[in-house]
Amino acid sequence: MNIKRYMMRVVLPIVFIALPTGLMAADSVRIGFVTTLTTPAGVIGTDMKNSVELALEHIGNKMGGLDVELIIEDDGFKPDIGKQKTDKLVKQDDVDFVTGFIWSHVLLASRQSALDAGKFLISANAGPSKMAGALCHENFFSTSWQNDQTPMAMGEYLTQQGVKSLYIMVPNYAAGKDMLSGTESTFQGEVVGKDLTKWGADAQLDFSAELAKAKASGAEGLFVFYPGKAGGAFLRQYQQAGLQDELPLYSVFTVDSISLPRFQDAEMSGVLGSRMAMFWSPDLDTPGNRRFVSAYLEKHGRYPSFYGAQSYDAIMLIHSAVEAVGGNLDDKDGIRAALKAANFESVRGPYTYGNNHMPIQNFYIREVVEDEAGRWTTRIVDTVFENHQDPYASECKM
Amino acid sequence: MDWGLLLTQLMNGLQLGLLLFLLASGLTLVFGIMDFINLSHGSFYMIGAYFCGSIVARGGSFLAAVLIALIGMFVVGAVIERVIARRLYRADHLDHVLATFGLILIFDAIVHIVWGPSGMAIPLPSVLDGQVTLGSLVLPTYRLVIISGGLLVAAILSMLVTRSRLGMMIRAGASNRTMVEALGVNIHKLFLVVFAIGATMSGFAGMLIAPITEASIGMGNDIIIIAFVVVIVGGIGSVKGAFYASILIGLIDTLGRSYLDDLLEIFMSLDYAETAAPALSAMLVYILMAVVLAFRPQGLFPPAGIRA
Repeated sequence: MNIKRYMMRVVLPIVFIALPTGLMAADSVRIGFVTTLTTPAGVIGTDMKNSVELALEHIGNKMGGLDVELIIEDDGFKPDIGKQKTDKLVKQDDVDFVTGFIWSHVLLASRQSALDAGKFLISANAGPSKMAGALCHENFFSTSWQNDQTPMAMGEYLTQQGVKSLYIMVPNYAAGKDMLSGTESTFQGEVVGKDLTKWGADAQLDFSAELAKAKASGAEGLFVFYPGKAGGAFLRQYQQAGLQDELPLYSVFTVDSISLPRFQDAEMSGVLGSRMAMFWSPDLDTPGNRRFVSAYLEKHGRYPSFYGAQSYDAIMLIHSAVEAVGGNLDDKDGIRAALKAANFESVRGPYTYGNNHMPIQNFYIREVVEDEAGRWTTRIVDTVFENHQDPYASECKM
Repeated sequence: MDWGLLLTQLMNGLQLGLLLFLLASGLTLVFGIMDFINLSHGSFYMIGAYFCGSIVARGGSFLAAVLIALIGMFVVGAVIERVIARRLYRADHLDHVLATFGLILIFDAIVHIVWGPSGMAIPLPSVLDGQVTLGSLVLPTYRLVIISGGLLVAAILSMLVTRSRLGMMIRAGASNRTMVEALGVNIHKLFLVVFAIGATMSGFAGMLIAPITEASIGMGNDIIIIAFVVVIVGGIGSVKGAFYASILIGLIDTLGRSYLDDLLEIFMSLDYAETAAPALSAMLVYILMAVVLAFRPQGLFPPAGIRA
């Protein structure tokens, strides 16, 4: 039998028989997870995926008596691909929840596809200002933060520390601008200069011109936001320029558990002792966090990142809602009410949702230290905000 | 005016320009002599960085790693020329673009499989990791290393092209390939050597930049576009043109990023200047290319014998 005939007679019928049974398995919870698995930002997506899988292990892959079916999609760090993948999850896979989303511009491009189809959309990282304000939606929730909040905490901390002048460097995209406005809103001193550097697939990675400007500005501190691979490149050059002693570094989302092992391998000791604002840290002492961090350490041999923590929480939040309605996925109002209650053991401890479905939570200052086993990690040294709500909540008509 | 800052920024611009030259010189030779558009030239940049990083990670010194990786890059370049590029010279430019775009995907996937997606930080020996003080200027030592390395290679290449027999054939090939072939030069061997030298220099640029920005998948794809701009501005096939265009573009890009916002503030409000400056400075290089194409489409320094 030639191959073509074999395909026609044997393979095709099997495919046709198998397809409908796959589609008809309605007694499961379908969760679509959009993240970045390719490009250098793929390490972030891998950390999120690890954490989601860990969460599913911890709940025995069951929610309200139903099996969980997880479909992970790669957005390739591009808004248009993210939207296509969300469309695919909503239309072809008919998922009940769409979650994930590292990047603000990807989430902004994808939100309508999920929300217009009546699905629940849960951001496990991105928190663009528009979606907390004018574009808020009854079916959109976040297990992370609104972009402005973390830099607001950093700005507040700098003011408390008596820093009088600051130089700011952020990438030129939605989240970068939110970080900038967040810091400026709480920092009482003078911002003596700022740079918005090129971002995206061909992001600027050589910061020599900006670092020279920052140094010449005579600022007392340097605030940066460089997630992913740009963070490593930035820190490297900051250290090579010998700025640790004259221009102390304050960052948000730049140093994390993904980059720290790499910095340690490259002996970049300049990063030890640097401080950042964050809603969470691996050493945060809550029952949910102890369970998550110890299991992650055991399974993957390194600390989870905040991306992972938020993704773990996203699954746990969905779990709590599906449990609350006893697995009746048609009860949208019940699910929504349960999501809003946030009645689960979050890694950050108990928190509540504001009118715009953004978490109202604490923000801490954490410092890079070496743990007992000699691994570089972060430890909380101060609490800046307690139960902090984002500034866009008042713009949300909900 | 802060002259110290200006001088620092000029050095930064020079450093970026020399890195671009290392990439663009190979690109312009391959483009000019073989009439071959090699989009995957940036992949050599990435492979060079990973080669060098892997050797350093196995305990090699940085200098030894660079030397070994350079030999490795020559071999990679020669193999790609022999196995893939050689079959494509006779095809048209669209086929070149398609095939070498495919090569980019293959190289990116290979790096993903071999080294993983997370990128690679390359530690520097402490001698190179510090700063040098020149009067009131404090410059990172490694930036000076890049500048001297780039100038050294530019000098060697210039000697090779203007003084050696191989260089004569290269220049002749860039001006009139058919005539060179008719005069009995083994064109296959010439192409192989030129392609491999191009790959080696591209790899060298990757090795130099990796300790600053880390090696990552697709790092070459980000910079190859600017390298093509250099080739067009300098004149296709001209090493001299590539050199001047690289320095020019390096300076424009760096100075644009440093001073454009101050300059725009003279004409407009601070808020507008802050928004417009990053967008405009990203465009400056392309504006230059458009101007060159409009007024001098053969480039600033076309090889002898080429008239538009």
